[in-house]
Amino acid sequence: MNGFKKTAAGSTPHPGKHSTVSHEQITEKLREFYDSVQDEGIPDRFLELLERLDEAEKKVSGSDGK
Amino acid sequence: MSEAPSSPDPEFKRALLAQLPALRAFAVSLCGRSDLADDLVQDAILRAWANQHTFTLGTNMKAWLFRILRNGFYSRARKAGREISDRDGQLTERLAVGPGQYASLAFQDFRRALEALPSDQREAVVLVGASGFSYEEAADICDCAVGTVKSRVNRARARLRELLTLAEGDMPAPDMPTPAA
Repeated sequence: MNGFKKTAAGSTPHPGKHSTVSHEQITEKLREFYDSVQDEGIPDRFLELLERLDEAEKKVSGSDGK
Repeated sequence: MSEAPSSPDPEFKRALLAQLPALRAFAVSLCGRSDLADDLVQDAILRAWANQHTFTLGTNMKAWLFRILRNGFYSRARKAGREISDRDGQLTERLAVGPGQYASLAFQDFRRALEALPSDQREAVVLVGASGFSYEEAADICDCAVGTVKSRVNRARARLRELLTLAEGDMPAPDMPTPAA
């Protein structure tokens, strides 16, 4: 619970000067931000787009068939 | 009936759909605006769809899509003829005006800091720090050496720390004018 983990993999240890924002906080904030967008799911416009692409291709390959 | 080589593979569509939320998060992180980000995602979907025969199912669909989106981002930027690394912060300034509908005020400082990074550092830190790619995969997506990705990530983290430390240090209160003397 001291909120400080050592990175095991051979990354160069950065002694880091006095900083109020830690390396881990950066990673955490980045993830939170990223996840907030990711959690919005898939906008309808993309579902519809894929639907249309799928339809179009089915038609094409259907008419291709001998 | 006949083995039409172009017949849509339901597996491909499923795999593509599964990656869309992450792809969109990458796009927003890259360009900072949800409207532009969604255009990038749409371009990437169309391009991926058109090139699905070049994709081998079972290989890394996520990395493949991210590479497509990233290429689209840079070619758009080149077309627009502006310096997207935005070293002067002009674009950042403009983008920072209103909060996007996708990210609450809580992310304002972070978004601003992220957008203040040169785009090569921004994409590196996002790919490795948030998208879950290894340095090797990120290098492949960004078309550069692994060592380059590592140094970009390190510089990005250091810069973000600086910027966010600053942001936390002096919280400007916009509705509070300078105290009357």
